Amino acid sequence: MVLHSPWRADFPALSLFEAQGQTYLDSAATAQKPQALIDALTGYYTSGVANVHRAQHSPAERVTRLYEAARQRVASWLNAASPSQIVFTRGTTEALNLLAYGLEHRLAAGDEIVISALEHHANLLPWQQLALRTQARLVILPLDARGEIELDAAARLIGPRTRILAVSQLSNVLGRWQPVEALLQLARAQGAITVVDGAQASVHGRHDLQALGCDFYAFSAHKLYGPDGVGVLYGRADCLDRLKHWQFGGEMVRRADFHSADFHAAPMGLEAGTPPIAGVIGLSAALDYLCSLDAQAVRRHEQALLEHLVAGLSVREGVRLLGEPQAALASFVVDDVHHADLAQLLGEQGVAVRGGNHCAMPLMQRLGVPGAIRVSLGLYNDGEDLTRFFAALDQALEILR
Amino acid sequence: MSLPPAARAALDAFAGCPGWEQRARLLMQWGERLEPLGEAERVPANQVQGCESSVWLLAERREGCWHFRAYSDARLLRGLLAVLLARVDGLGGEELAQLDVAEWFDQLGLSRQLSPSRSNGMNAVLQRMRELTRS
Repeated sequence: MVLHSPWRADFPALSLFEAQGQTYLDSAATAQKPQALIDALTGYYTSGVANVHRAQHSPAERVTRLYEAARQRVASWLNAASPSQIVFTRGTTEALNLLAYGLEHRLAAGDEIVISALEHHANLLPWQQLALRTQARLVILPLDARGEIELDAAARLIGPRTRILAVSQLSNVLGRWQPVEALLQLARAQGAITVVDGAQASVHGRHDLQALGCDFYAFSAHKLYGPDGVGVLYGRADCLDRLKHWQFGGEMVRRADFHSADFHAAPMGLEAGTPPIAGVIGLSAALDYLCSLDAQAVRRHEQALLEHLVAGLSVREGVRLLGEPQAALASFVVDDVHHADLAQLLGEQGVAVRGGNHCAMPLMQRLGVPGAIRVSLGLYNDGEDLTRFFAALDQALEILR
Repeated sequence: MSLPPAARAALDAFAGCPGWEQRARLLMQWGERLEPLGEAERVPANQVQGCESSVWLLAERREGCWHFRAYSDARLLRGLLAVLLARVDGLGGEELAQLDVAEWFDQLGLSRQLSPSRSNGMNAVLQRMRELTRS
C-alpha cells in the first residue's frame, strides 16, 4: 500500500533515521521536530536572550513580547477567550499536579474525585495523592470492551459528592476517543470541576475548548511536534482565579516582606521562576507550522495509516489488539509471547516501538496483561514505515515461536 | 583469572555469533537451561525491582562461594540471566566484587543489553546482586 507523507521532509530527523535504518513508531511517547521549530529555537538563542517580565532593557522587551505572543498563539489554537487563560508549565504532568495542589482547598473528607480506568499515571497519581491528603474518595469509571468509558456507569458514579472529574480525551494505550462531552455534562450537573488530559488528543485534531466547555485542559508541547519541557494548562477564567498558588518564587509575587506576601493572579501567579522561554517560543513556532498544514489532509493520512496498521495486526495469528483504536496508535499482545521479548527483537531490527505498561499499570491490571507493544504514528510516518514494522514483527515472531 | 567452564562455553558460543538473529536464538537456548524457580521462591522478596518484566534472583553462600538462581517470565531476559550466572556462579566474594560484568557482556557481543536506556532490567539485576552479596 502506498501511503506517502507529504510532510516527512519537514522533519530532518526522519531522513537521518532512514539512513540509520531506524523506523520511528513511538510518537505517542514524543514526536520528532519540524525544521520550523529548530529554526525558531536557533533564532531565539542566536538573536540574544533575556529574561521575561523583569527588566526594562530592550532585549527583555523583545523576548517578553515573543513570550506573550506565544501565549496568544496557544490561546487562539485552543480557541480560548483570552491569553490570560493560558498557563505555561513544564508539561502535562506538572499541569495536573498544579491542579491537584491548587484545588486541594476545595476538597473535604468524603468528597469524590472521579477519574477513569484508562488514565496515564500523570492523570491518576496526582489525584490519588490528593485523595490521600484530604481523605477524599477516588472513584474509577469503568471501560467497555472497545476501551471507552462506560457512560451508564459514569451516570451512576458521578454524584452529588463529586467535586472533580479528570479524564483523558484520548487514551495513550487504547487509542480510543473518550465520550468527554457527555462526561463533562454529567459532572457539570453535579457542580463538579472538570479537567481534561489532552496529552494525546491535542496531537490529533484541534480542539475548541470553549465549545468543549471543560474547566481545565492540559497538554504537552513535545508530543505536539514542539520542544520538551513545556506544557500548557488552559483554565476558564473564573476557575483559574480560584486555584491556590502552589509554587512560590520569582515574578509570581506582587508584594513581599519577610513574613508575608501576596501574589499575582493567573497566569503569572502560577508561573513561578524563570519559565522555559525558548521552549514556549518553540511551541509557538510548532503551532505556526501545524497551522500551515491542511488539517483535513493530516487527519485523513493518520486515519489511513491507522487502518493499515490495525488491518495488518488483525490478520496475524495470535495477535490481540487492546480495545478498538480510533486514532494514531494501537497496542497489542501476542499469545504465548512476552512483550519484552518482542520489544527487544523489534528494537534489534531498528523498529522503535514501546513495550511495557505505558505508564498505566492499573489499566494493564484491568486488562489482565503484564504489558503490551504500542505502535504510535505521527504525521510524518508513511506506508513504508508500516511495511518495515510488519516485516520485523513477522521475523521476531518466527524467532520467538 | 581463569573462566569457569560454563562461562568458557558461553564465550565460545556467543563470540562466534554472526548476527542479532542467531544471538537471539542462542540466548533463548541458554535461557532454557535456567532451572525454573518454585512457586514459593517467586515471591516479592526475591523479585528484582526496576524491571519491566518480572525477574527473581536468589543468592546463597556455600563454603565461601556465591551461588545464584534466577528466573524471568521473558525468554530473552532468561538467556541474559543464564550467561550472567555462567560467569558469576561459584565466585568468592572478592572475585565477585572485582568482576567487570560490563566487560563480560561486551565479550559476548551483548553490551547493548546493559546500556542505561534499556528497560530489560539487567542493570537492576546487577544492582540487586551487589546488594545481596554485600549483606
